[in-house]
Amino acid sequence: MDTCSETNEEVRPETLMPLLKVDQLSKHFYKLVALSRVDFEIEKGEIVGLIGPNGSGKTTFFNCITHIYPPTDGHVLFKGKSMKGLRPDQISRMGIGRTFQLIQLFLEMTVLENMLMAVQEHRGNLLSRLFQRDEAEERKRALETLAFLNMAHLKDEVAGNLSYGQQKLLDFGMVLMPGPELVLLDEPTGGVEVEMRLKITDYIRKLNREGQTFVVIEHNMDVVMNLCERIVVLNYGEKIAEGTPEVIQSDQKVIDAYFGVQE
Amino acid sequence: MKGWKGWLPWGVVIVLLCIVPWFLKAYTLFILSFSLVNIILAIGLNITLGYAGQISLCHAAFMGIGAYTTGIMVTHGWSFWLSLPLAGLIACFFGTIIGFPAIKWKDHYLALVTIGFNIVGYLVMQQEKWLTGGPHGISNISRPSIGPLKLASAVSYYYLLLFFVILAILSSVWIIKSKWGRAFMAIRLNELAAKSHGVCSHHYKLLAFAIGAFYAGIGGSLFAPLLKYINPESFTFFASFEYLIMVVIGGMGRIEGPIIGALIITMGPEILRVAEAFYLIIYSLILILIMLFLRKGLVVVVDRLREWIPVLRLTKR
Repeated sequence: MDTCSETNEEVRPETLMPLLKVDQLSKHFYKLVALSRVDFEIEKGEIVGLIGPNGSGKTTFFNCITHIYPPTDGHVLFKGKSMKGLRPDQISRMGIGRTFQLIQLFLEMTVLENMLMAVQEHRGNLLSRLFQRDEAEERKRALETLAFLNMAHLKDEVAGNLSYGQQKLLDFGMVLMPGPELVLLDEPTGGVEVEMRLKITDYIRKLNREGQTFVVIEHNMDVVMNLCERIVVLNYGEKIAEGTPEVIQSDQKVIDAYFGVQE
Repeated sequence: MKGWKGWLPWGVVIVLLCIVPWFLKAYTLFILSFSLVNIILAIGLNITLGYAGQISLCHAAFMGIGAYTTGIMVTHGWSFWLSLPLAGLIACFFGTIIGFPAIKWKDHYLALVTIGFNIVGYLVMQQEKWLTGGPHGISNISRPSIGPLKLASAVSYYYLLLFFVILAILSSVWIIKSKWGRAFMAIRLNELAAKSHGVCSHHYKLLAFAIGAFYAGIGGSLFAPLLKYINPESFTFFASFEYLIMVVIGGMGRIEGPIIGALIITMGPEILRVAEAFYLIIYSLILILIMLFLRKGLVVVVDRLREWIPVLRLTKR
């Protein structure tokens, strides 16, 4: 079945199109079905939560969108354009930023270098990156973002020396650096203490109010229910529910997936 | 540290290196000149391995490509100055080709691929007599001249090498301080993060190999007239191991690293010759001890000296 066919010839004008449209996305690892025909849409300016028990395919879903793993089937449209055959770095440069469950930083670089690294490939071309050293604008943006995250005082600190929570924040800041249109956050508050969790959710909310679009994988139900306007639930690689937090909380399938089916 | 003071210690070293040849015997001067060639090669490998983290065990083959390009051209009446950039570019071309496997493989798999390339290169140099002169190599490679100024003497050729070493250091610093340098480091430190922040690791890996090979080609080209004679034995994969040792012992991913490494590894065995039969044992023991206690390389010693000696503190890290 060839559902990965070219879909560039989408006819809807860009304004009417969802920012990201995922159509029948499947991912198989040999015989294991990690994702099975998942449909997903997100409009500009939304915060959508992606939840599900462990092993339900949430991270695989992100990995398939960003082509860390190429999807087995189905297609993904970003602003109406197919992402078929693109590499992760090309997808990042298209305007989709993401974080990972395990923080991915350049631990030997300073905080500021990490921030600059996160944006340098989004400007100019390969040759200009050898010759143009004027980073004034990028540096300014990095310092502004760090100031927004209350991390400006740590700019010269080596990333490996930061606390776990600070590393999470830096990871978040790096994703924001190039000004992506869509941000995929994989457990942004996972493993951090309550105060930092509140801080991070507050930042996400603030940015969303300014128009930033987010998809958030999160295990903490308080965070998801308070933060997200819409929630998608995955279980065993299938989408089992979608709706507002109120709808999801009372959905029997979701309750069964989390707590087991009552005999 | 910014400004001219930061370069002061480097200036002192260069002045010393300018004075030194007048006080050396012919053989010692040759060893020092050979060290300079090796510095250029090690600087190249430091970009590929030390900064971009791509293991390359065929650096001697790239050097051989450069040396044979110059050897063949000069003995056929072409100018050395034409052969020099060509040697770099041909080596760079092969470096790019060898970079392709790096896109797919890494670490020991990549090491094996590069060893394979070195062996193939060696066999070509040894077997293709019509081109390379076979096992006997190419002799009578004359040294170049700059206009009326002939660089035939050992001292004058030493100065030419010193000039290219300075050029190699400055150009490598320039690359490393550019966004390319930062992208190289990003790939080495965390390729997944690099990719997800838009770094095309394919391009940068190819570039890292191409740049490393270019320096090796230039080094090879300068090596041929130094000896005036080249044969395949100088470019075996054991030689590639030596370049790896230079970069690792000196300090990977540091500008000073390959300079220190190349000097120690080239001159060390000569200095230890006084120990006669024991010299290899002592040499190997020193290497083991350095790796046991100075895993970041001898550059750590320079860092310590910097803390103790105020003027050295000015040099850039």
